Amino acid sequence: MEIDDTTRDEVRAIIARYPETRSALLPLLHLVQSVEGSVTPDGIEFVAEQLELTPAEVASVATFYTMYKRHRTGRHHIGVCTNSLCALLGGDVVWKSLSDELGIGHDETTADGEFSIERIECQAACTHAPSVTIDWEYFDDATPASVSEVIAKLRAGEPVQSTRGPVIRDFRATEHTLAVTDDGLAGEGPSADHRMLAGLTAAKERGMALQDTAAPASSEGEN
Amino acid sequence: MATPLTPILTAHWDDPDSFTIDGYSRHGGYDALPKALAMEPDAVIGLVKDTGLRGRGGAGFPTGLKWSFVPQNDGKPHYLVVNADESEPGACKDMPLLMANPHALVEGIIITCYAIRARHAFIYVRGEVPHAIRRVAAAVREAYQAGHIGTNIHGSGFDLDVVVHSGAGAYICGEETALLDSLEGRRGQPRLKPPFPAVAGLYASPTVVNNVETISNIPYIIRNGVDWFRQFGTEKSPGFKLFSVSGHVRNPGVYEAPLGITMRELIDYAGGMREGSELKFWVPGGSSVPMLTAEHLDLPMTYEAMAEAGTMLGTATPMVFDQTVSVVKTVTRWLEFYKHESCGKCTPCREGTSWMTGLLETFEAGHGQESDLQIIDDICHQIAGRSFCALGDAAATPFPGAMKYFRDEFVAGTHTSADDAFNPVASTVLAGASTR
Repeated sequence: MEIDDTTRDEVRAIIARYPETRSALLPLLHLVQSVEGSVTPDGIEFVAEQLELTPAEVASVATFYTMYKRHRTGRHHIGVCTNSLCALLGGDVVWKSLSDELGIGHDETTADGEFSIERIECQAACTHAPSVTIDWEYFDDATPASVSEVIAKLRAGEPVQSTRGPVIRDFRATEHTLAVTDDGLAGEGPSADHRMLAGLTAAKERGMALQDTAAPASSEGEN
Repeated sequence: MATPLTPILTAHWDDPDSFTIDGYSRHGGYDALPKALAMEPDAVIGLVKDTGLRGRGGAGFPTGLKWSFVPQNDGKPHYLVVNADESEPGACKDMPLLMANPHALVEGIIITCYAIRARHAFIYVRGEVPHAIRRVAAAVREAYQAGHIGTNIHGSGFDLDVVVHSGAGAYICGEETALLDSLEGRRGQPRLKPPFPAVAGLYASPTVVNNVETISNIPYIIRNGVDWFRQFGTEKSPGFKLFSVSGHVRNPGVYEAPLGITMRELIDYAGGMREGSELKFWVPGGSSVPMLTAEHLDLPMTYEAMAEAGTMLGTATPMVFDQTVSVVKTVTRWLEFYKHESCGKCTPCREGTSWMTGLLETFEAGHGQESDLQIIDDICHQIAGRSFCALGDAAATPFPGAMKYFRDEFVAGTHTSADDAFNPVASTVLAGASTR
């Protein structure tokens, strides 16, 4: 595994965030995954050296968490939520269509190394069901057609925008973001989309008052 | 009269910069901080106690009371850990909050740390939501630059560091002691309690673990006071709440309302049921609480009323299902989830979720044995109360809850598959109006 100076600086910065060094383990696993596309034996050894742990200790943690991949991951990772609500609202249909189109199953990667697909659990996007993620960025209210279109665009190298976030980069770039938590993209996407705003919109349509005024509290309780 | 919606945390989410420090400060953001820093830390704890604010992560434990359990003058470092691991099926209110209004959390963290005498806080965000992580990490950086975080904050002598930490995909890390183990760089497995985190938490030091929404309430409480807060909700369930309403309603989304609003009102605000749709069942607070039916639509959404109805308010993130949905399939899929997410530490949960899932799948496929329904129920009783943590209790919840109202559907699973009984396309968003 090639570790360049930038990555070494990032390792030091991540470890310095914590009062006890072992706390840096999860972020460092994201970091090595961003370098190699998966958590390899080399990656495990590297992290173990940085934190003065044994490779076995690091491996026992790496194998516990589903986001750490132990085999090659495609340039793009596509997740389809098939937990009950999303499955019923269309996630099962989206999953089948995606799996058929790419000719691969759960946790598999296309032969050209472009796509890995995964049946994922609840993404905290139930209001946007069925929820799909592209390199873990939200791709809300998915349909078989919308996912198929994204695949074609990514293959053609055309930009694909997350429904609530930045333009899709690739799986490794997201892993890097998770490790360092800063990638300059926080300003991308809306503050909130129409579903996040559903309550505020309904309140405004009905002329209900905003309640967080910095002025002295009103005593007009409704309850 | 209908209970009105009360946009507070969500009041300015339609500002294009609501997630920035400028957007937050424009509407009184960071005004609570100097006010809190001018108070004695114990007075801040006392004030939060007086509001009766209860934890918004699902358990509903009184927040001020939790803070007061942290021993003072013990010579140990204290920690605040914010649980932003939102992964409960149905819950989607913390991630929107982090994306649209992360500074409310950051200001709340600073005030909370001042109150419990912590100089280090961690925000543990599930890893699968990079945009929420970006937004809250950017908010923390802005707060440092503005001098709200760092050393000698606004000349108060109070020092604080805040770290945003990414998880890596494990529902169990929403359990507070598993979260702490994960934050220490270990497998996310729950600890035996006692000792509770308030005494021996992160790095064996006194630690408060609170949910994102809970801490985000704090600046608004400090700014507006106890009476203002208590004008919302009920005596035992004071305040307002983010309700994420999902499923077969016309406008799924985040609705902020006082505790005590009814599900009927929430569905009404969400535009009613979709075209041609009739409510079959709903779940008030995530898959880990028992389901309810149309007869419960007029109950107040409070901790106490939901408990009386045999369920729980949980995360107050209702999922709504109509007549196109197979209860058997829904429950089976939830059990597959609990089986997948069981950490494997204790036998009842590890083995029980596996056995239940296997048996439920036979009913979904239409070749269940009726006598197995009793066995599944027995397994639930062997898991509930006998597991290491609440994940086991949660796994034992959906099946008995569903049997209470829909036993016939499980019995039908002895001869008819879920997909034959319920056309799986009819429940999808694309199907729109039901065909059944």
